Amino acid sequence: MADRRKYVIPGDIVTSGPFRPEQNVILEGNNIIATAVGISEIYEDSVKVIPLTGKYLPKINDLVIGKVVSHTSLSWELDINSCYVGFLPAMDVFGRDFSTHADELSSKLKTGDLVAARIANFDRTRDPLITISDRDLGKIDDGVLVKISTSKVPRLIGKKGSMIQMIEIGTNAAITIGQNGWVVVSCETPEGLSKAKKAIEMVNEKAHIANLTDLIKDMLDVKDES
Amino acid sequence: MGGRDATMVLLDKNGIRCDGRKIDEPRKIMIRAGGLKNADGSAYIEFGDNKILVGVFGPRDVHPKHMSNTDTGILRVRYHMEPFSVDERKRPAPSRREIEISKVIKEALEPAVMLEKFPRTAVDVFIEVLQADGGTRCAALTAASVALADAGIPMRDMVAAIASGKVADTIILDVNNEEDQAGQADMPIGYMPSLKKITLLQLDGVLTPEEYKKCVDVGVKGCEIVYELQKKALHDKYFGNRGD
Repeated sequence: MADRRKYVIPGDIVTSGPFRPEQNVILEGNNIIATAVGISEIYEDSVKVIPLTGKYLPKINDLVIGKVVSHTSLSWELDINSCYVGFLPAMDVFGRDFSTHADELSSKLKTGDLVAARIANFDRTRDPLITISDRDLGKIDDGVLVKISTSKVPRLIGKKGSMIQMIEIGTNAAITIGQNGWVVVSCETPEGLSKAKKAIEMVNEKAHIANLTDLIKDMLDVKDES
Repeated sequence: MGGRDATMVLLDKNGIRCDGRKIDEPRKIMIRAGGLKNADGSAYIEFGDNKILVGVFGPRDVHPKHMSNTDTGILRVRYHMEPFSVDERKRPAPSRREIEISKVIKEALEPAVMLEKFPRTAVDVFIEVLQADGGTRCAALTAASVALADAGIPMRDMVAAIASGKVADTIILDVNNEEDQAGQADMPIGYMPSLKKITLLQLDGVLTPEEYKKCVDVGVKGCEIVYELQKKALHDKYFGNRGD
């Protein structure tokens, strides 16, 4: 199939026939219609469109980077770069024996803190419930926040994490990518930090270029392991 | 532009209109997607002498809170004409006409936008008319749907719009300011070309049933021309002309 991948805009007919509509497509009669600007992909029995624009919509089990915007006596509210605020209950941080008078929420997380979190639950009736009780999750103590477009997160990770691994090796930086398009970079040397930042921004700008991995490789001066 | 000119010939015997167009020829249209950095999505359209800028925000929190709907997102549209958009300075406060056009455009976009995916949120569309020359509601609707697609809001289809009308007893496509003032009928049409559905249909003037049918047909054909340009604008921005 030569036209397995196609550039589509809303309203374009991707294909017709017995396919299962997945992300960003709808079934209208016998036709599968795209609902977003993006690249359509046709699989054996399903069709989807990878969007090139749009806001982050929370998905259960996604790793996201959040910024604490406020807290009540029972929970924090996190900005997760989405149309909904992330809801982090205090019990998740203090444990089951959390009590409103004994524990002060701002002792653990203050307004403005960055947090690596996972979407624990989300449905259309309530704001996304997030959790930080897992390995590698929790407050981020050092690093620089880089914001990229949500639709370019898969490109930054690369096939089986190839792109991000290469940037990490090339700069000696530790990079945490949130599915919501927020990325935290931390590095011991300022040169590595600025190089990693530059590489991430380059991926964000030139996501459509085919041999981007090689381009980044040249920029970072990474030698092949073999 | 300007007042009515009693001596103006709207349609000469060769079928050429007052601005030199043929009866089924739209004005020159240019659409550009994007352009505004701070908006989530934007578009700019030049539709003859109309110049319109559209910015889209959202989906985002609804303020005031009581407007939000737990079942679906809401769409809010503001159509606004700049004080310098017309011959005589227009007062910047929203007029009765602008409030009506805001509502009409909102209702023309609603069938296309899949708001039910974002309950408790709002999508805001801001339309600024920089220069007006008849048919701004159609041009604004066309640009608004490009801006919504640019913002990544899921849509069932694009909405293309153009006006058809009746001038000197002839059905014409794309009514300009002079034809609107002195013509016999003006019919703005909003149309979803892939779904083949009409989302906006207004009529100002008197038509016979036959003329009415012809007017709709001419308008729908015009919308298809506009749709191709919307498509091109989005392809240019996202695929750098590599589109099919």
